[in-house]
Amino acid sequence: MSESGLGGWTGKLLRVDLTRRSIAVEDLDLTWARDYVGGRGVAARYLFEEVDPRIEPLAPENKLIFATGPLTGTNASCGARYMVVTKGPLTGAITTSNSGGRWGPELKFAGYDMILFEGRSERPVYLWIFDDQLELRPAEHLWGKGVFETEDALRSETGVADCAVAAIGPAGENRVLYAAIVNEKFRAAGRSGVGAVMGSKNLKAIAVRGTGAVEVARPEAMMRAQWEMKRDLQAAPLTAQGLPEYGTLALMNVINEHGALPTNNFQQAQFERAEKISGEELRATRLASNKACFACTIACGRVSRISDEGVGRYAITMSTENWKHATEGPEFENAWSLGADCGIDDLDAILKANTLCNDLGMDPISFGATLAAAMELYEKGVIDDSQTGMPLRFGSGEALVAMAEKTALRAGFGDDLAQGSKRLAEKFKRPELFMGVKGQEFPAYDPRAIQGMGLGYATSNRGACHLRAYTVSAEIVGIPLQVDPRATDGKAGLAIAFQNISTAVDATGLCLFLTFGTTLEHIRPILTAATGIDLDDAALVRVGERIWNLERLWNLRAGFTAADDTLPRRMLEEAIPSGPAAGQVNRLGEMLPEYYRERGWNAAGEPSERKLRELGIA
Amino acid sequence: MAALDRALRLDPAKCTGCKQCELACSWVQTGAFQPSRSLIRVHVFDEQASYAPYACPQCSEAWCMQACPVNAIDVDQQTGAKVVIDGVCVGCKLCVIACPFGTIFYEKQTDRAAKCDLCAGDPACAHACPTGAITIAEVDPGAWLVAFGKRVDSAYRKAVDGEGAR
Repeated sequence: MSESGLGGWTGKLLRVDLTRRSIAVEDLDLTWARDYVGGRGVAARYLFEEVDPRIEPLAPENKLIFATGPLTGTNASCGARYMVVTKGPLTGAITTSNSGGRWGPELKFAGYDMILFEGRSERPVYLWIFDDQLELRPAEHLWGKGVFETEDALRSETGVADCAVAAIGPAGENRVLYAAIVNEKFRAAGRSGVGAVMGSKNLKAIAVRGTGAVEVARPEAMMRAQWEMKRDLQAAPLTAQGLPEYGTLALMNVINEHGALPTNNFQQAQFERAEKISGEELRATRLASNKACFACTIACGRVSRISDEGVGRYAITMSTENWKHATEGPEFENAWSLGADCGIDDLDAILKANTLCNDLGMDPISFGATLAAAMELYEKGVIDDSQTGMPLRFGSGEALVAMAEKTALRAGFGDDLAQGSKRLAEKFKRPELFMGVKGQEFPAYDPRAIQGMGLGYATSNRGACHLRAYTVSAEIVGIPLQVDPRATDGKAGLAIAFQNISTAVDATGLCLFLTFGTTLEHIRPILTAATGIDLDDAALVRVGERIWNLERLWNLRAGFTAADDTLPRRMLEEAIPSGPAAGQVNRLGEMLPEYYRERGWNAAGEPSERKLRELGIA
Repeated sequence: MAALDRALRLDPAKCTGCKQCELACSWVQTGAFQPSRSLIRVHVFDEQASYAPYACPQCSEAWCMQACPVNAIDVDQQTGAKVVIDGVCVGCKLCVIACPFGTIFYEKQTDRAAKCDLCAGDPACAHACPTGAITIAEVDPGAWLVAFGKRVDSAYRKAVDGEGAR
């Protein structure tokens, strides 16, 4: 427990100056803890105070923050998350990339809430944390190695086999603009290029082991609140059966049936062979087990293997173990980007490419979506084999697997793919083929078929993202209530509610998937018991709103304007050609002005003085 | 047939590796969340998709009890659990050496031995487990050894006699 008597937080921040190679243990500014809670919130506040929004994302002046929340490392269901906060090179906006596993809890047990990296090391290093033992160690011998080999090497050379490792692979080293930071080999802070920032700092990995305690303010209340949370998660269909049995991949058939599954770079919104890459297919043919992150009582993780027929083409050999074909994934978003968006129905190719993305350390969503844009360029005759080195046709699993490796290494055409689809499409003079917002590729939901997602994508602070306002939950799944995906009425309020609540959940250290089975009425008591700060539901939503506005303000100062809150022309003007949502476009214009108004922002999308005062943001 | 005792029945096939049991156990021990102090442990073998929870099987031989020079380990008459008696244990670690399962621990914070005492018959880990992988049950503490021995035996024969041998 921190010295202030508040629980959940350790109250300590590690400040690591990579230029000077110094490590300082500071008191976390807990005056921010009440207003911003932790994780995404407190880290955003640090970035806001310390980093000029106009800097180059890959310059030493950028800072890279790893932040846990007060519930990370407690027994709160799904309290495993940490957030990586920095200026993202893919977008130029603030990014907040979230990961699970057990790296975050391990950092808490070592005694720290956050790590803040600044500067740039002259030579490759990794950070070793074993309780109060803190060291920057040489990592030349790990540079160039994949995430898997790096993790195995660090477990061995630290002599602490059960340490948790967050690392970058070649993609981060080579500054692929959507490089990821990967922990426990398959959990990733995936989007916006946080791995490239880590690479630009010559930081290969952070290995951590903690044996200390996370203390909470009201232990008895905490146990009771968690017991209720677990009970209710086990009573809700999605968190009790859907996610454990099929993983997030349960969504493949659902989204496809609604005609909202973008296919061939959003040229269609239904994939006729979606069933072949669905959660049902994975479970029937390739699933070895489900798997939980730390403290998770849902366990949506997939431990899977290549099918017998697929082994000849796409063998996966994990580096140290003798089970040759076991891997993890794919999640729904990845199976979509590496699958339907590229017209690929070969689950083995998807598993192979997904494994490569984890090992090479890059975001499968942006990689798959960028390849999809390249495939459209290729099929339209804009580029040919002389540039790409091989045919890039929709449906080609061979191209998918080959290009994953080339992209991470920036070899051949991979160097263009490594820039993301916005820069790729601009280079070949077809900027309209970039499917995303603020430089970041869309995830797996066509905003023409699900109106609220369009508004959520357009206004997301870190570019197109499904985790900032998952209105799919209401518009398709019916949680917490069913609304019409085709309507624009009320979507401004819906997107704002989802944005505020999701942001608040992100600040606690909990996983967003909790919200499929619980509400703020579950989350608030457990947060209150842990921290000792009494918050009502409205105050918790207000925390989310405050963080959202702070991120927005930072982006405005970075040079973003209302003109960036938009969607590609294809989404706004080209109707979906066929399927249940045929004929629809996204009607962003009907929703955005109302969104600004309800946010308390002016027509230029700027938070009013009054709103900022009300939220206590200077 | 050995006498039936109460013990934790652990089902690795149901385990997802979430470690809620470790969190609950450490809370019972310390009032905080500290898996390094948990008396039940889960080993996670990701690449085999295998999770191995383990805790004291409350075995009838109780070598920890036999090894203890000061009689600090006794059988709880109500639950049948072998328990470390506060104030008697002197922290000599002989029990840790004697236990073939590795499920009694020396704790430097308290300078004494600690082991699963079945929470007076209502184990916190079983409550915390989301999948029912941990239950408290009347078990023959030696029974799993027989099945395990058969598996080891058959694996050994396979290795020696070649694939397909029985």
